[in-house]
Amino acid sequence: MIHERQVIIIGSGPAGLTAALYAARANLSPLVIEGVEAGGQLMLTTMVENWPGFRDGIMGPELMAELRAQALRFGAEIIQGDVASVDVSSRPFTLNVSGKTFHARSLILATGASAKWLDLGVDKQLSGRGVSTCATCDGFFFKGRRVAVVGGGDTALEEAIYLAKLATEVTVIHRRDTLRASKVMQDKAMATENITFIWNTEVTDIKDLAKGEVTSLVLKNNQTGVASELPVDGVFIAIGHTPNTSLVRGQVELEDNGYVKTHRGSRTSVPGVFAAGDVQDHIYRQAVTAAGSGCMAAIDAERYLSGTGH
Amino acid sequence: MASDKVKTVTDGDFGESTKSGLVLVDFWAEWCAPCRRLSPTVEQLAEDYNGRLTVAKMNVDENPVTPPNFMIRGIPTLLLFKDGDLKETVVGLADKADLVRMIDKHL
Repeated sequence: MIHERQVIIIGSGPAGLTAALYAARANLSPLVIEGVEAGGQLMLTTMVENWPGFRDGIMGPELMAELRAQALRFGAEIIQGDVASVDVSSRPFTLNVSGKTFHARSLILATGASAKWLDLGVDKQLSGRGVSTCATCDGFFFKGRRVAVVGGGDTALEEAIYLAKLATEVTVIHRRDTLRASKVMQDKAMATENITFIWNTEVTDIKDLAKGEVTSLVLKNNQTGVASELPVDGVFIAIGHTPNTSLVRGQVELEDNGYVKTHRGSRTSVPGVFAAGDVQDHIYRQAVTAAGSGCMAAIDAERYLSGTGH
Repeated sequence: MASDKVKTVTDGDFGESTKSGLVLVDFWAEWCAPCRRLSPTVEQLAEDYNGRLTVAKMNVDENPVTPPNFMIRGIPTLLLFKDGDLKETVVGLADKADLVRMIDKHL
């Protein structure tokens, strides 16, 4: 007889680990599968100032370590592995993880979202050669150099403010003439001396692929059509995220924008499959809302398993 | 360090350490969360390939000379050398299976 799990959770960010915590406390012995980006986006941040209960803030990686320990304490099992495929067309659901097969009666998708690239091709080719999506990881290499940040949201300004402490000049390039970022972040960035803004402008090319390093950005003003070149040593891309849905594409219903469609809490189009966190949320995208939806998914899964939900 | 099979290299002994055989160097720093995430995989490779592959780590905070020589602009970065020649570069997090495939090509 095959060993069948009550619930398997894919992903170990705030959503996945909170789901694990609640499922463990409900005696569901959850199995969490964490991938190469274990801990999620908070692992790449520094101080998190908006997680309730920590008035002085908490470091992102530390918060994730605490969440992980808390889930483990109540009996969640966490394994590292790459989920190669998921089959929710028959029951129990089947998962292929690093060559091993797992079966589960219910599934919580908490695979999160990954940073978007510019879609220039060259940006990915120069990744780690001056193009980055993580200022706290790579900012170190741009001490005393000139950098650009592409984007206009909270993440873009956070990156810019962080980089301003290391780089000589930080240029924020935004395709609109107003920022999407919160007022607090805007004020902070505007007050930082070595941050400047270029509005209504898009990056059309990054040089110099032949040299294997970033030397400049080719820009185009989307109002006037005028092209220009900005010499920089590095560029940080912060233009948003794409949900990690490749495992379930074609199996559960997605929104037009690619996010997993949920209804009545965390339920997806497949009974027994639940979604939490950034994989299903393109509006709030906060650590605390991800955690909240992880809790909802665990409760929804528990009710589904006991036959009282869905 | 969890595995004593992983060697620490510095600017001073980098050339000497990479000049013969197959050598994988992991560039990292204390403050780099993805580096901490990749560490167990690198340590595992050191155990698995014991004797056939030298696995080394270089702290980029303490060694300012070597990383720019290889135009490293982000960590973690893994460099694979064979008899002193750079054969492969892996930037960012990597899956163990992919690294195994990459190393096996040069064994």
